[in-house]
Amino acid sequence: MTEPSAKPPVQDGLAFERPLSELQTKIAELRKLNSGSHLELSGEIELLEDRLRRQTAEVYAQLSPWERVNVARHAERPLTSDYMQLMLDDFVELHGDRVFGEDRAIVTGLATMAGTRFLLVGHRKGKTVKDRLACNFGCAHPEGYRKALQKMRLAEKMKLPIVTFINTPGAYPGIGAEERGQAGAIARNILEMFEIEVPIVCLVIGEGGSGGALGIGVGDRVGMLENSYYSVISPEGCAAILWKSGDKAPEAAEALKLTSKDLLRLGLVDKVIEEPLGGAHRDPKGTVERVKVQLLEWLAELAAVPVPELLAQRYRKFRGMGTPVAE
Amino acid sequence: MAWTRFGKKKDMPGGLWIKCESCGAMLFRKEFEQRHRVCATCGYHFTLPARERIALTADPGSFEEMWIPLRAHDVLEFHDRVPYGEKLIATKAKTGEADAMVTGTATIKGIPCALGVMNFQFLGGSMGMVVGEKIALLCEHAAEKKLPVVLFACSGGARMHEGAVSLMQMAKTCGALQRLHQQGMVSISVMTHPTTGGVTASFASVCDLLLAEPGALIGFAGPRVIATTIKKELPKGFQRAEFLLEKGQIDRIVQRAAMRDELGRLLAYATGRDPVAAFKPQPVAAEAETAAPPPPAEVAEKPRRKQKAKKG
Ligand SMILES: [Zn+2]
Repeated sequence: MTEPSAKPPVQDGLAFERPLSELQTKIAELRKLNSGSHLELSGEIELLEDRLRRQTAEVYAQLSPWERVNVARHAERPLTSDYMQLMLDDFVELHGDRVFGEDRAIVTGLATMAGTRFLLVGHRKGKTVKDRLACNFGCAHPEGYRKALQKMRLAEKMKLPIVTFINTPGAYPGIGAEERGQAGAIARNILEMFEIEVPIVCLVIGEGGSGGALGIGVGDRVGMLENSYYSVISPEGCAAILWKSGDKAPEAAEALKLTSKDLLRLGLVDKVIEEPLGGAHRDPKGTVERVKVQLLEWLAELAAVPVPELLAQRYRKFRGMGTPVAE
Repeated sequence: MAWTRFGKKKDMPGGLWIKCESCGAMLFRKEFEQRHRVCATCGYHFTLPARERIALTADPGSFEEMWIPLRAHDVLEFHDRVPYGEKLIATKAKTGEADAMVTGTATIKGIPCALGVMNFQFLGGSMGMVVGEKIALLCEHAAEKKLPVVLFACSGGARMHEGAVSLMQMAKTCGALQRLHQQGMVSISVMTHPTTGGVTASFASVCDLLLAEPGALIGFAGPRVIATTIKKELPKGFQRAEFLLEKGQIDRIVQRAAMRDELGRLLAYATGRDPVAAFKPQPVAAEAETAAPPPPAEVAEKPRRKQKAKKG
């Protein structure tokens, strides 16, 4: 387990973390005391650790959808860059959409992981303030989606499978983005991902923000991390429109059924990857390890499927989502 | 992605006069409807209900509706202030439509095609499972029958009440179009006011030909969302059809009154027919059989243009 966060969480949606953080701080203090003196505190520490584990499990089992949205947005939650760092043995980043520019909100490159080669495409949010600004907080412009598509076509030529990491609040709503065809770029990606003749695996690692997520989200396997969310609109946006108040975001999050469990139940994703106790931000290494195992399993499975069958299955999967009834 | 309320209803049914949303002119209802809801003063194209659109686009009596019984169901048990299930029933009662999409086959200027028209009156033309399913079925039917596809978009985006299910209709419709295109069939999208969110970011933008009505608001994000995000005033004409044409995003802007002719001409090219013959007045057809083959399009175009020039 990592050390408790130095800065207290400020968002309301993370209030449930406070007693856990306090307990963590207490344990850390006792440990310090224990090592610096002859006081025998290990019994007490063990007891508290046990309590922390139980309490964490309890709290995390009962998180409301809105609280999960806040976990998905947690400042210390592992990002695409963390997965890359901890999981890959080699990475060659490839830049640019060949038309307009380089969008740092989406990273693309050739990757090797435990002997398996693939193209990695992922939303990038950035860690430092400077990074975050450079990555536009994970909100891609059309050139980001076009870059992703251009590299996916390259992967197809090289017969490399594709792995996408989804983590975006949404595609960027700005003047330049609209001028350069944000909607068309996303739509083009969605359409062409149905015809790319290599396996595609998609994983929502944090925020699955609507069309901006789906723009790199059409795959043969689509997974979600336990505390990620995938939604047609942000809870805040939905609340503003339907409840006429952004404050109703918790209600909207509830109504939208956007948690990984909901998506699985609705048949919109294939699998939920469980996070370590207390969420991915408590144990990034453990999280990455689980993801790595799952990705390798999927890639091995899909490598055995003949291309026509692969494409037929890919279409059938999305074709079957949301079937109306006949009156 | 999701729909918001555009073009608030100022044309209360039953009123004798209608105020233009764009220029404020008072329009006599009867005349306004005869002009297919285009303002006589400024040319503003009002949102057109699906049935009126079909009447205006398909050859008279040619439209055969398909998949009429399809209904949405409340998969999420969604309720904001009203449960979604009740909202569906109430909207159906109010509009007489079962959902936001009408699909079927028709002929346009005599050319058979598959036709899908969105209905903005139904929950802002929002795309949920019924819209997605009907478009997929339409594309599959068209691929089987070797028909070109014409889709009229008019929507605020995905239907929030169906959550991520509505989001996935973007994938469903794009996948269906991809398969249609692979079979060599041509698709035409006509974006009408307004076309935004998940509809613009899916089927409406990936058809082979992209048309728009004049002045139509077309975009990914709604203008209000953008203005709030960038904290700036938006440039004049931003996200309008003319703006999109200027930015290279669409093929053509077509006046509502010219839409059927224009679609007929494009469908002729798309299906290996003579676009010039398609525009000969109907009675000539019998005569044409015995007459000499029509001249190539280029030659035939010239004298027509000259005539127009003389008149003007
Ligand atoms: Zn007017």
